[in-house]
Amino acid sequence: MAVIDHDAELARAGANVRGWMGGIFFFVRRYPLGAVGAVLMTIFVATALFADQISAFDPFTTNARISLAPPGGEHLLGADFMGRDVFARIVYGARISLAVGVGATAVGCIIGVLIGLMSGFFGGWCDLIVQRLMDIMQSLPLLVMALVMAASLGPSLTNTIIAIAIPLVPNVARIIRSNTLSLREMPFVEAARAIGMSETRIAIVHVLPNTLAPLIVLATAQLGSAILVESALAFLGLGVPEPHPSWGRMLSESAAEYVRTAPWLVIFPGVAISAVVFGTNLFGDAIRDILDPRQRL
Amino acid sequence: MSLQAATPSNSAKQATETNRVLEVEDLQTYFYTRSGLVKAVDGVSFSLARGATLAIVGESGCGKSVTALSLMRLVADPPGRIVGGRVRLEGVDLLGLDEAAMRDIRGNQISMVFQEPMTSLNPVMTIGRQISEALILHQRLSHKAALMRAIEMLQLVGIPEPKQRAREYPHQLSGGMRQRAMIAMALACNPRVLLADEPTSALDVTIQAQILELIAKLQRELGTAVILITHDLGVVAETAERVIVMYAGRKVEEAAVGELFARPLHPYTRGLMNSIPRLALMRREAGQQRLQEIPGIVPALSNLPQACTFAPRCAFADDKCRGQFPPYQEKRPDHWAACWHSDRIAEKVNG
Repeated sequence: MAVIDHDAELARAGANVRGWMGGIFFFVRRYPLGAVGAVLMTIFVATALFADQISAFDPFTTNARISLAPPGGEHLLGADFMGRDVFARIVYGARISLAVGVGATAVGCIIGVLIGLMSGFFGGWCDLIVQRLMDIMQSLPLLVMALVMAASLGPSLTNTIIAIAIPLVPNVARIIRSNTLSLREMPFVEAARAIGMSETRIAIVHVLPNTLAPLIVLATAQLGSAILVESALAFLGLGVPEPHPSWGRMLSESAAEYVRTAPWLVIFPGVAISAVVFGTNLFGDAIRDILDPRQRL
Repeated sequence: MSLQAATPSNSAKQATETNRVLEVEDLQTYFYTRSGLVKAVDGVSFSLARGATLAIVGESGCGKSVTALSLMRLVADPPGRIVGGRVRLEGVDLLGLDEAAMRDIRGNQISMVFQEPMTSLNPVMTIGRQISEALILHQRLSHKAALMRAIEMLQLVGIPEPKQRAREYPHQLSGGMRQRAMIAMALACNPRVLLADEPTSALDVTIQAQILELIAKLQRELGTAVILITHDLGVVAETAERVIVMYAGRKVEEAAVGELFARPLHPYTRGLMNSIPRLALMRREAGQQRLQEIPGIVPALSNLPQACTFAPRCAFADDKCRGQFPPYQEKRPDHWAACWHSDRIAEKVNG
């Protein structure tokens, strides 16, 4: 029988975690990949919020003299063919990505939660029709659906958010509905009825908060794909219109003509997209582990 | 229509009009299932005096829980439906109310404590918040005032450090504490009637006694009438004043608790009493008797014969039992039973 070091075991379980610094340190030790994700996301969000302070150049100003300037020197990541600073465009592009990612995820989740909750809690013919509708929507891949929506709505920031949000709805509605179906049979729902709560109030006060854990996991996962789809739409010319800097369009503008002569125009936006999506996915995985009730003690 | 329906409730006699808080007349709750019509509650009548304790006893599936749910009008429909009878709470027929009016009554004038304290509390809501809900709904208190009242309730049900507990989540409380919290929730609005559906079955024995004592104490302090639903005759003997024994959806016996334990007049009641383990049985000098059981199982409630439903399991059964349903009669003063052979059963107990 091996000797058990109680202190070490307790430390591993996080018994001696004190304060928020301690909490962060524990998180880093326990979920190193999640911590990497958290760092990437923090950088991303901070970049978007403080774009004005971070970038010395304006992302819209063109300057023919520095057209296709290589990275280094005054322009850290070089300049594009119109002579716009790539670093500035990437920094400001984070705003677009964040707005579309968070906006689309939030809108998609709100609509999805409403539909899923109604469909699962009240059931009946409404459930049947809504779920078949969700089936139809889910039969198309996210990108294809978003493409069709974006093409029909026309290019603008709001339309891009809607175009990405709508295809996210079925995923959310499905998860919420399936959770609601099992939750509505729980004794605490019966107990809530026994103190005289109305069905709608039970759905909102008792059932909805119980579905939040899977929803948060899903939302972080969706955030990554929403950002990715935004880039894809922009790449195809259906995203946020010029002159707003979108990472996807920065790629598409340069991919064909300058990939050989000025590869930094392709590499840096590509890296930005990858890093952010990678970050949200890592962070999402860690969140899933943390919120998994089987691991919570 | 069962014979029981025709006879008026006996306890009505001793309880005067004004003293009765709850009157149940000929309650019928049926389930429409694939395997046929299930008469889960078939013509049950009783009345409950203010502040009194009534026990409803019977084994699993005898209809006692469905009776309680019917009083609250919480029977799942479909498949269940209350098809007949009257439930009068303070003179108001609950079965005639619309859903909104019934919601005002639930948790306010009649409330319920469930069997499973582990799952009857919402895991993601604090204890204080859950108790507050009823107060916010019925007494239109603000969240803050409701929380203060919830803390008082927690104190009342004997939870130490109620202020701190009110901020905790159900998983941070033990089973007994959770059941106390459930009782606090049920009694928050000071209801007239408390339905306790097997409130101690999921708890261990030491906690059981505490919870029963707590219910009795609160009953004295708040004047709540309690309907205690249980299969545990020990619990009945300790807490109840009157007992109704149910079998296959019907009342088979009813009496004051002392009378019932002294002179059971129905073979089923007798069987229930004999199947309680006693220490004497286990001692060697007692000759190592086997614990008696009631042979057979509860009959399927669909397609019950028009005869005594207990006959197939009864040692006293004869052709009369298998042919005709026994009338529910007052066999002794204020002691009712539905059995053709209650005098023989009484003799056997006394002899």
